[in-house]
Amino acid sequence: MEPISIEGTPKTPTVKFDAGTGIIEIKGRSIPENSIEFYKPLVDWLEEYGQNPVEKTVVNVQLEYFNTSSSKCILDVFKKLEAIHKAKNEVIINWHYEEDDEDMLEAGEDYESIIRVPFKMIEIVE
Amino acid sequence: MSFDVHEYYSQLDSGNVLLAYKGSITTDLINNVLEQIEVKLESVDEEAKIRKKVYNVLVESLQNLYHHVEELPEEYKSRDKFDSKFGVLVIAKDKDTIKISTGNFITSEKIKFLKDKIDKINSLSKDELKDMYKFILNHQKLSAKGGGGLGLVDIARKTGNKLEYTFQHYKDDYYFFNLDVFIT
Repeated sequence: MEPISIEGTPKTPTVKFDAGTGIIEIKGRSIPENSIEFYKPLVDWLEEYGQNPVEKTVVNVQLEYFNTSSSKCILDVFKKLEAIHKAKNEVIINWHYEEDDEDMLEAGEDYESIIRVPFKMIEIVE
Repeated sequence: MSFDVHEYYSQLDSGNVLLAYKGSITTDLINNVLEQIEVKLESVDEEAKIRKKVYNVLVESLQNLYHHVEELPEEYKSRDKFDSKFGVLVIAKDKDTIKISTGNFITSEKIKFLKDKIDKINSLSKDELKDMYKFILNHQKLSAKGGGGLGLVDIARKTGNKLEYTFQHYKDDYYFFNLDVFIT
């Protein structure tokens, strides 16, 4: 499968999805007005990856901000990962948040309670 | 006497205003405002936690405007000098509170839904707001424009303060909706 590699912009995150290593990364800011356009290809990629995933898929999410439009799309991404995990493949989601950013930590906990995939909350200390 | 939007705006734009805008709500406008406010908040030495909250609230408020501004009929636009997709944004500081005011035209049929939603949000506890957010997140589809029904809930959750609003009658079926968000 072709990897995804998208450079971040002031409104959209840096994205690196690699089917060979099973490393899925979303990093930066996600505040586009219409997030469906940005996230649909990512969700489609995960659907295809799910047909033949590697033994352990590691997801690294490190977002500074994301708007509510993105939050729904991010949930869609997580739902694809949940399906991969349900099919007895190992998946771990590393949710990063900046020191003192309770809102971002809470957002991670929200997802953790909705999605049946192991989450790890990682505090970034500068 | 119909509500005078320009008069109302000039009253808002007084005191310690960090940013004020009235005109078309476009993607470019949103990008410019977000860029400017980041610089502005750093220059007045606002603490990082508040800066992040202001930024988050702004992102959601501007996007609400973007998705929901009602386009006025041409005759009103030219007579009263309103741009297309007209909206108002004022960010002001009063002692330790930052107030973000947004305004847009709305048709009367939308008022009840909006009023009920805000009243409901204002009545919920912190935990109930979290549950509401998670419920909408998990159960509602994104609209074609990318709106999700989460903006106001998110704003209330992040600020921990009540949302204040007014509906002023403008002309015929059109009202002007103003929303005040307080960050303390």
